[in-house]
Formats: sequence, C-alpha cells, structure tokens
Amino acid sequence: MSESLPIVEMAGISISFPGVKALDEVGLRLFPGEVHTLMGENGAGKSTLIKALTGVYRIDEGEIRISGEPRLLGGTADAQHAGISTVYQEVNLCSNLTIGENVMLGHEVRGAAGINWRATHRAAGETLEKLGLGHLNPKQALATLPLAVQQLVAISRSMVAQCKVLILDEPTSSLDANEVEQLFTVIRSLRDQGVAILFVSHFLDQVYAISDRLTVLRNGRFEGEYRTHELDRAQLISKMIGKDVDALKSLDAKGARRVRSDAAPLYSAKGIGRKGAIEEIDIDLHRGEVVGLAGLLGSGRTELARLIYGADRPDTGEVTMNDEKAEITSPAKALARRIAFSSENRRDEGIIRDLSVRENLILAVQARRGWARPLPRREQDAIVEKYVSALGVRPADPERPIRLLSGGNQQKVLLGRWLATEPDILILDEPTRGIDIGAKAEIQEYVAGLADDGLSVLFISSEIEEVVRQSDRIVVLKDHRKIAELEGGQGVSAESIVNVIAEDGLGDPSADTAVREEVTT
Amino acid sequence: MSTLTTTRTEPTGARALAKRLSLHLDTLPTAAAVAIFIGMIVYGEAAYGRIVQFNTLSNLLINNAHLIILAVGLTFVILTGGIDLSVGAVIAFSSVAGVMLMNAGWNPWLAVLLMVLIGTAFGAASGVLVQHFHVQPFIATLAMMFLGRGLASILSTVPERLADDSPVRSLGAQIKVYDGPKVNDVVLTPGVIIAAVVVVAAFFVLHRTRMGRTVYAIGGSEQSAALMGLPVAATKMWVYIISGTLSGLAAVVYTARLGSAQNITGIGWELDAIAATVIGGTLLTGGAGFVLGSVVGALVLGLMNVLITRDGGIPPEATTIITGGILLVFVLLQRAVLARRRE
Repeated sequence: MSESLPIVEMAGISISFPGVKALDEVGLRLFPGEVHTLMGENGAGKSTLIKALTGVYRIDEGEIRISGEPRLLGGTADAQHAGISTVYQEVNLCSNLTIGENVMLGHEVRGAAGINWRATHRAAGETLEKLGLGHLNPKQALATLPLAVQQLVAISRSMVAQCKVLILDEPTSSLDANEVEQLFTVIRSLRDQGVAILFVSHFLDQVYAISDRLTVLRNGRFEGEYRTHELDRAQLISKMIGKDVDALKSLDAKGARRVRSDAAPLYSAKGIGRKGAIEEIDIDLHRGEVVGLAGLLGSGRTELARLIYGADRPDTGEVTMNDEKAEITSPAKALARRIAFSSENRRDEGIIRDLSVRENLILAVQARRGWARPLPRREQDAIVEKYVSALGVRPADPERPIRLLSGGNQQKVLLGRWLATEPDILILDEPTRGIDIGAKAEIQEYVAGLADDGLSVLFISSEIEEVVRQSDRIVVLKDHRKIAELEGGQGVSAESIVNVIAEDGLGDPSADTAVREEVTT
Repeated sequence: MSTLTTTRTEPTGARALAKRLSLHLDTLPTAAAVAIFIGMIVYGEAAYGRIVQFNTLSNLLINNAHLIILAVGLTFVILTGGIDLSVGAVIAFSSVAGVMLMNAGWNPWLAVLLMVLIGTAFGAASGVLVQHFHVQPFIATLAMMFLGRGLASILSTVPERLADDSPVRSLGAQIKVYDGPKVNDVVLTPGVIIAAVVVVAAFFVLHRTRMGRTVYAIGGSEQSAALMGLPVAATKMWVYIISGTLSGLAAVVYTARLGSAQNITGIGWELDAIAATVIGGTLLTGGAGFVLGSVVGALVLGLMNVLITRDGGIPPEATTIITGGILLVFVLLQRAVLARRRE
C-alpha cells in the first residue's frame, strides 16, 4: 500500500470531562482504502476519540483535518457533511420505519410533488444490492429483520451519505460468526472502493483478519500507530495494557489445580430440574473450587444457574447444603444461605445506571438487611473502599455514576456487590463478556484468588477456553442436560470439550462448527 | 436469530394473512377507527334513521371542523412522542383577544391574522421549553395551558360577542353546494374548507417531505434520528409551532361559526383532540399514525355526540363515559400492536 495522503488527520486531540482527562494529545490518521483499527482497553478513550470525530464531543485542544482542510465539527450533521458516517454497536435506526426509509432518511429522492417514494425505494434497493443485500425488500418494516442484518442496513445507509470515512464502533459484538463474515465481506468491498474505515472491536481475531493499520490508546494517551503485520498479538496486548505479557500467560499455563478437600460438598443438588429449562441434573459445589459450566449458547447454562440461585423454582430434585436439606425457592432464600448470583445481563439486570459506584456496590448488602435498616455510611464507605481497591475499579471515585464507567469496570463493581455479601457460593454468569482483555485478565485472576481463599465459584462463560482455564471441574451441558463432568487439568482443553459436545448423540455437524467458531472468538 | 422464529407461531392457515398484517401492522388501529366509524353510521341509520343524509353529514363536518384542525396539529406533536395540552387554552385566549380587538375597531382580518399568530407564539414557547430547556412536553404545555387560560380570563370573563355585521362571520357562513330535497342539502362553510386544506397540507408534509419523515423518525427513536444527522432540534420546534398555529386557526374557525368568544371556551378540547388522534391510530409513544386517522377519530367523537342526542334516552352526562370506553378499546388495541412489533 502506498503511503497516500490521509483523509482524516487528528492531531493533539485533548478532551476533558469534569475531573477526568479523557483524551490527552491523541492522534489518529485514516487513509483511503484502508481498514484502521482503534485498539485499547475499556476506558482507554476509544469511544471519546470516535465521538470527537463524529462531532458528538467538542475537542478542547488539537486539530481535525479532513482531506487536508482543518474542520470544526459542531455536531453529527457536520461530520456527515464532511463525509464521516458512523455505525454504532447498538443499531441506531428507526424500527418504526421501513428498511428503505431507514437507508434513505434525509436523502430521499424528491420530485415536484415532494418525496418520490418509488424512486426512493429503488435507490434504497440499489444501495442494498451493492452490499450484497439485494434479497431485502426495501418496503418491509425494519423491525422484521434480525439485529445483524439491521447492522448491515445501517452500513448501507452510510453509503447513501456518500461517506469517505466509515466508523464501525464494535459492530460485531452481537453477531455470530457467519454474520461477522458477511460484515467483513461488506467492509472489504467498501475498502476496495476507497473508503477509509475505522474499526473498533474487542475480538483480536477479527482485528487481525480485517485491519491494515492499528492505533493503540491507553489511559487516554496515544500509545502508537502500527502496521498490523508488524505487531503480533502478544505485543499488541502488552501495548494495550501496558503490562508484561507474561502476567497473562501465567494464568494460561496454570498447571497445578487446587486440591479439593474430601469433606462433604458445600452444596449438593440431586436431580434438580425445571420443565422447559433444564432436565434433571446432579451438581456438587465444594469449598475452594471453581466449577465451570461449558456448553453452547442455549444449552441451559444460565437456566441451571438460575435454578441454583432460586430465581426460577425447581420442579424436581432436592438440595442439601452442609448436610441439611435446603429449600432454595427464591433469591432471598439463596442470599440468606450465602449464595450470590451475578447475572449475564449486565446492563438490564446488573447495574443501575444512574446510581453511583458506591450505591451499586452496597445494593446487595442493603437488600439483605432490608430497607428498614439502612447501612450506616461508615460501613458503606468501608465496603466500597475495600472492593474498589481490591478489584482495581477505575476511576476509583465511588460517587461517580456507574454509567460513566467502562464495561469492564462496571463488571468489577458488580463482582464487588456480590462479594460484599460475603457469599459461600458465587455464581458468575458471563462475567467477562464484552469487556476488554486487560479487565478480563484482572477478573479472571481475582476469581482464581477467591477460590484459593475458600469460596465456591460456579463460573459460566461462552468462551470454552476461558472455562477451561478458570475451572477445577467442568460440567458440560448440551440441549438442557448434563452430558459430562470433567476434572480440569492435563488433558482437558477447549478442543476436548468441543469433542465431548460434538460426539454426544448424533453429533450435529452444525452445532460442532458453531462451537469451533465460538472457541475462536 | 431467535427473535425471528418466534413470529412463526401462527396457525399454518392464517400464516399468509398474519404476514400481510404484520407488514401493515401500523395501519391496523387506523383501519379499526374507520371500521368503527362506518359501524356507528350503520347502527345510527338502523336505530334512529336520518344519519346517512347530506345535511346530517354536512353538519358533522361543520360542527367538528375546529376539532379536526386541532387533531391534525396534535398528530404532529404526538408522532414525535410529545404532547400538547395547551391547545384548548390557546383557543380561549386567541378567540377572546381576537373578538375584543375587532370590537375595538381593528381591521377584522388583521385581528384574524393575530389570532393565528397568538397560537404560533404559544407553540414556539412550548417548543423552546421542550427543546432548549429540556422540560417534559407534558409540563411545558401544561404551563402554556395555564398561561393561556389565565390571559384569556384577564381579558374578559364574559362572552364577547362578534358584531353581527363582522366580515369574519362569513367564515362560518353556510354555502349550499348541492340543493337536495327539502332541507337535505350538501352544505359547507369556509371553516370546513380550511380544515380540509389543513388536512391535505399536513398529509403532504408528513408523507412527502423530509421534515415529515423526520417527525416519524424522531418518534421511532430520537437518539437514532439525531445520530443519523437528521435535524431533530429544529423539527421538534416545528411540531409545537405547527400545533400552536393550528390552534390559532381552530380558534378563528370556531369563533366565526359561533359568533362569540369566552374565556372558558375550549376547556378539555386538548383532551378531545388527543382522544381523536389516539382513536385515529396514532401511538402516544410516537412514530406511528396517520393524519387521516386523526380526522376519522375526530369524526367518531362528533358522530357519537350526534347519536347520543338522537337517542334521547342516554343522559348527556354519559357522553364522556362512552368517549372513555372507546378510547380504552383503542389504547388496548395499540398495546397489542406494540407487543407484536416488539416480537
């Protein structure tokens, strides 16, 4: 690729929010016909930089040049006039309108009698066709499309705006492997048409598959710009987290498993099940051990967790805890028996956006005490201080609304919330989904430490490799039932678990590939 | 994607129909309003007679022209997900002010222009409060409602009569378009023609201009509309200005027909207009609905009053209960549609 002139040149960009310097003299160059990936941990300033380029945030210092001309971007409309289009992680289209309208909104074909709908729909159809979406009927309602296709429609929309620069902010986080491939085909064809593409993703494989150039940010500072082929993954990660790569690898190569005591299990379920959710299952949880739940999406992982926590009532089976019969039929009863459950749905079932970090942290403790006995402020502060520093929540400001924290830090607060209840059993459903690799490593390390301290952890993740790495024992689920229970250690790997799932029953080949794809992400 | 497969739970035979319906789900409440309107006409004709007649239907239009104009204005606001509670009070202030100025010797047509502009000013004030001071539309327009009612009461608390020879009365004068047998004539007033022009213009704006489509986009998702680079702020200002201006216009039409103005005119009309809009199929959450539906909604309310009068047995006090009942049915229907859409 010849070193042509950059179409976008951001230099010395600084943006401050009250109390935080979000960006400190950051630079970014985008070249036509190139896919440029912006890398960095959650909270490194990627979103802020993008919002500076799309005109959502005003820059305090620095300069944005587009095609060599210095530009002041005062709003999203300004950025679009400058040829910069953005596709966000959440699909930002209007689901009450048709596909064609969403593509053409603001660019409808107009004639003497106002908008010419026939021509507008035709133009929408042509645009969709160019991106390989010719099978879509522009007159169909957008809401009838799956999310992934809506994402592609959003990209078609930016094509109508004649964009020269396309920003894709984590477009793949809710897509499956096939959909990602479809998206990449579209991205490549746009790149070949000379569009400069800025891509943001947490998935390293995707980054290496698609991008030509990388810019790394860390803590709001510019870390460097590299050609993708000049930087291997380990180097990239260490640039992102500013730590030695070996720290990560040590976790990977965890050889010695914790030795399980022969004492009776802390929690033992015999034949618990619930119609439509999970078939009858036996599961034991011991002190000081991490039990992993592995299985495909929809194999019943979350359902089993909810059953153990009492969020759903089991139809069958019985539970003993510490050798006595236990009736866990509601979350309150589970909490009383010191079982804590951190949900996979961080945004809707986890954090309360507008409350502060402190209020979010003490929520579960307060819930256990009941509303009539508020936790004294001194105790609150003690709890908050303990977990904010133990988990490394950044920024360490307990009064900051949690919605202003990055996903990884929100997850740490949630983990702290449940740890503050001093549970014996901690159920973590997808604690590391959608967070960056640095925060992920920290959480994994912390969870391992918890088990060393005698906690019993039930760990759920759709990344089978992560389950393998984290767990002392792995329960494999498929189609809402348990198909195997494996001791962790030598010989158990993501691949062997995939084989267990694949060989079970008829070995549905599509399921098999789905696992492999999931493993690779 | 599991979200797609869940919609395929229809019985096999009805699948094609269901698919067609889901494509046109948004038109369902409006279609229901039309069906109810026709049903009321048929029932009225069967039970009381003399409903499907030129003069009855003409009067229906003449007596509800102002409500149709109001409902059109509210359709704009409600489509963006907002609300305008000030329209009734704006009518009171605008009409009292207009008639007093005419009686004080102003040029009547200048006064009429001022009546319309008073509405525009109120709408602009609501728009500024909503858009630039981020006041909830409900509260902003509630404040405007109290302001309008208060100003009207300061001006006068007695009926202000329009002079018998005032040229403004010509806007309410009946024009015989077709001379039927006996009194069964097709009659129109300039007020009805104004309402018709407003409806056609509104339809054009909403369906044939970028501004109109932005109104729908804002109702679908204001955040998305802004991120798409659509002029959200300006459009939200415009819908309140349109609603206010149309209230001023409705004040002119109503005053011309009645020949007098009073500070208590129009109490509760904002709710009638909202009811007409909702019955006509516009979702209160915004993003879906048709201006023609609102016209039908206004006519449903008007026809209901006619039928209750004809029946004679229903106490007039029960009118509001029936209005409430109809409204409830439509809101429930909309909830069902919304639930389907979320699938």
